[in-house]
Amino acid sequence: MLHTVNKSPFQNGALENCLRLARDGDAILLLEDGVYAAAAGTVKSSLIEQAVKRHAVYAIEADLKARGLGNLIKDVRVASYGDFVDLVEKHTVHAWL
Amino acid sequence: MAEKGKKVMVTVRKPPHGSIYVQESIEVMFIFATYEMDLSVVFLDDGVLALHAGQDTKGLGIKGFMASLGALVDWEVTNVYVDRQSLKDRGIAEDAIIAIGKDDDSGAPIRPKVLDTAQIAAMMTGQHSIVSF
Repeated sequence: MLHTVNKSPFQNGALENCLRLARDGDAILLLEDGVYAAAAGTVKSSLIEQAVKRHAVYAIEADLKARGLGNLIKDVRVASYGDFVDLVEKHTVHAWL
Repeated sequence: MAEKGKKVMVTVRKPPHGSIYVQESIEVMFIFATYEMDLSVVFLDDGVLALHAGQDTKGLGIKGFMASLGALVDWEVTNVYVDRQSLKDRGIAEDAIIAIGKDDDSGAPIRPKVLDTAQIAAMMTGQHSIVSF
């Protein structure tokens, strides 16, 4: 499974809802405003700090750069749009809109 | 995508009347059923609020979709599930959710089947595609 999250963790519970359901080994991809969850040192950082222990967590590079996010939580994998396509091809996808 | 027999899932995570999402999800359920796809429907997170009994949208000046939800079984949308934890978090009793049809023989109401989150997660994994609302 691949779970995509495109909402800021400061705005709503989409990421938390996703992490509640995601099974060990499922991949999680943060995109659009979802990438704010990948930033280190925020009040919501612990969500992804915990998630990387159970999941491969990806964040879309263009969305990170657009938002000036460079200081990321350790073990978050920066992904290109090409990587995104590869992930979608490999997994069943659920979008946590 | 509309290939007969393919496993597809519709997930509903939005509350019912503040946006068009739930209405649209029901349209999609009916379309998938018409194409005889292997459809399952899951209500979770705020989506379970669409199953709250006693919703009356007359005061909003809209028809609402309670009649459609109540007729899912008639449209052969029968694999309908709801997340136990989401109901609990919102104070909705499992036996208080709306019926989606009634049994042909006994006339007994058919309600969405309440599942644990882990069961829903396992069901998701086996889908060809998942359309989320």
